[in-house]
Amino acid sequence: MFARIIALTIKELLAVLRDKRSRFVLIGPPIIQLMIFGYAATFDLNDIPLAVYNEDGGAASREFISRFAGSPHFHVIATPDHDAQITPLINERRALMVLHLGPRFGADLARGDSASAQIILDGRNSNTAMLALNYARTIVIDFNETWAARHGGAAAPAHLVMRAWFNPTLASRWFIIPGIVGLLTLVVTLVVTALSVAREREAGTFDQLLVTPLRPVEILIGKSLPGLLVGLIEGSLIILVAMYWFDIPLRGSVGALYLGLGLFLLSAIGVGLMISSLSITQQQGLLGAFLFLVPAVILSGFATPIENMPQAVQLLTYLDPLRYFMIVLRSVFLEGGSYTLLIHQYWPMALIGLTSLTLAGWLFRHRMY
Amino acid sequence: MNRQPEARGGTGRRLRGMVRKEFLQILRDPSSIAIAFVMPVVLLFLFGYGVSLDAKDVPLALVADQPDTNTSGLLRAFEHSDYFTPWHYADIQTAMQALRRQQVDGIVWMRDDFSRRLIDSADASIGVIVNGVNANQARITEGYIQGVWQSWLEHYAAARGRELEAPVMVEPRVWFNAALYSRHFLVPGLIAVIMTLIGALLTSLVIAREWERGTMEALMVTPIRIREILLGKLIPYFILGMGGMLLTVALARWQFEVPLRGSFLLLLIASALFMLVALGMGLLISIVAKNQFVAGQIAIIVTFLPAFILSGFIFDIGSMPAPIQFITHLVPARYFVAIVQTLFLAGDIWPVLLPNAGALALMAVVFFVLVRRRASKRLD
Repeated sequence: MFARIIALTIKELLAVLRDKRSRFVLIGPPIIQLMIFGYAATFDLNDIPLAVYNEDGGAASREFISRFAGSPHFHVIATPDHDAQITPLINERRALMVLHLGPRFGADLARGDSASAQIILDGRNSNTAMLALNYARTIVIDFNETWAARHGGAAAPAHLVMRAWFNPTLASRWFIIPGIVGLLTLVVTLVVTALSVAREREAGTFDQLLVTPLRPVEILIGKSLPGLLVGLIEGSLIILVAMYWFDIPLRGSVGALYLGLGLFLLSAIGVGLMISSLSITQQQGLLGAFLFLVPAVILSGFATPIENMPQAVQLLTYLDPLRYFMIVLRSVFLEGGSYTLLIHQYWPMALIGLTSLTLAGWLFRHRMY
Repeated sequence: MNRQPEARGGTGRRLRGMVRKEFLQILRDPSSIAIAFVMPVVLLFLFGYGVSLDAKDVPLALVADQPDTNTSGLLRAFEHSDYFTPWHYADIQTAMQALRRQQVDGIVWMRDDFSRRLIDSADASIGVIVNGVNANQARITEGYIQGVWQSWLEHYAAARGRELEAPVMVEPRVWFNAALYSRHFLVPGLIAVIMTLIGALLTSLVIAREWERGTMEALMVTPIRIREILLGKLIPYFILGMGGMLLTVALARWQFEVPLRGSFLLLLIASALFMLVALGMGLLISIVAKNQFVAGQIAIIVTFLPAFILSGFIFDIGSMPAPIQFITHLVPARYFVAIVQTLFLAGDIWPVLLPNAGALALMAVVFFVLVRRRASKRLD
């Protein structure tokens, strides 16, 4: 039995790795993508293009503006001196934010009245706009405290002391890169498995495989092992790059991470083989892989939190193995997650894996065309 | 060419035949129709409802070491906020445990000297701890907490007959999306991501399939020209793709109620340009790969994730490092995202539309020149 499985595994690996181009697309792109996406996927803003319209021009207004100009988050790109110049700056996306100080800014400040600083934002990307506004608010609160302290105004009687756990500088890279580990592992595994049965069906060799002494279980294992091997190796490679190139701290146990990776691969392979044995042509296999991959990424909580989704969509996310693996990855990397804390992420992945593998094995024999 | 009318008529007939053959093939294997019409609808629904960056009902632990009227005033401000679901904890240890177990996303903590310092020396401090794992969410939560704190300060001052005079007050105005409703910017961007997928998927396998099945040689011995084969492949899928595009635009407009402030005609022209780029990319993949497995892998790799991450659909391009910003110029979805976000939310702003449409046109030309070149070489 083992000899047969090993023979089939070797044949499957050869089918994928024999071709130079197939070999390359398996190894090159995931690493290149990790590097590019690792740098690209960030919610942190820097160099926000800012336009400053200062109608006052006095010392106080200049001091206020210098707080923005000196911040690493902002970059002054224009200083309009006319109302009409503001609209095109925002419309044409040259500035994300316009800071407008009225002619009475300095006078109001000196009198102890509230001076108002108008901030205009390009809301076409509302997340970016909100983050930029938060940066601006922090600068203003800071300015207010210094000003009140210096001029004896009424300081706020209570202030906030904010701290962030697990990610003290709130670098979004720490959140995104562990997510990319899951994303790329899924893509690679799915690509290896989703076309494996469809290719044989299209070539007509799957019937030949069925009449060999191999039992369906053995075919299933033989078809799964290459995906598992490729997934483990690629996954490890990507984890190493995340740790040593991007300096993401790995605070939890490696064992907990690999238990998660193994179970996740099991479920990804199961889904891939199920898609593959459902499809008659490679085009259908590819389409199926896409139809699974794209929602799986969106619903995993990779970029947008699951808690923000409507209840019905949240229920749907429970079917997504990537959802559980994302939690495992982030928990082990950043929070130092342990086996016991993650038990509720492990068993659903195992369940999805076993169900889909069983279905795939059943489909081998029963899906005829 | 004008001197050979019969040859031109021949072209027309051969092309018609080729288009007809492709249409028949599409109808016989309905997976293409599924890609063009079912997939965009399913994806837009999933994404449109699934992707949201608006945090609301953030679970927040509230801890007052020594509850009294001052602390309860601040706690009430948090309870009344729409952004939070407050949970009261008796001491900071249990609250921290809840944060570790992810039952809450943040803690607001007033120590036992809060009231004394608030009244005696007016320098009380409020401890705030947020779970920083999701940094974006944590920043937004911090912003909400600041907002609640500010409105409490005003209340507190007003209750004492004083007016809180913050030296500088921020007056924010967000253009195009005053409510900062993330769906309004995500849905138009999604159209670009979805159509990149669909355009490339539709065509990435069509020529590789002919090679793999050996029917390319059969086509080669007919009088049909390479240009006609390519056009014959392109026209049916262009029609399918534009159908899918119109469907997504209609859904965005009426199902998700995203305002369309620009002109529909411009949107249509930009979509057609973008569809040509996506189909051209798919055709090129198909010709280069010659094998459906490799073509499929390349299509997955170069379409979905780059369109998702590098297009500016969700991550701000201006904040990426310079070399990555350079790479984003190679992603066609980047230009289309800029166009659709502007057309939907802002209107017909030519200085945004023209350069981006120009870039798309250029990319379409480059792809088709490459397709033409690679195709003729192989067939010679």
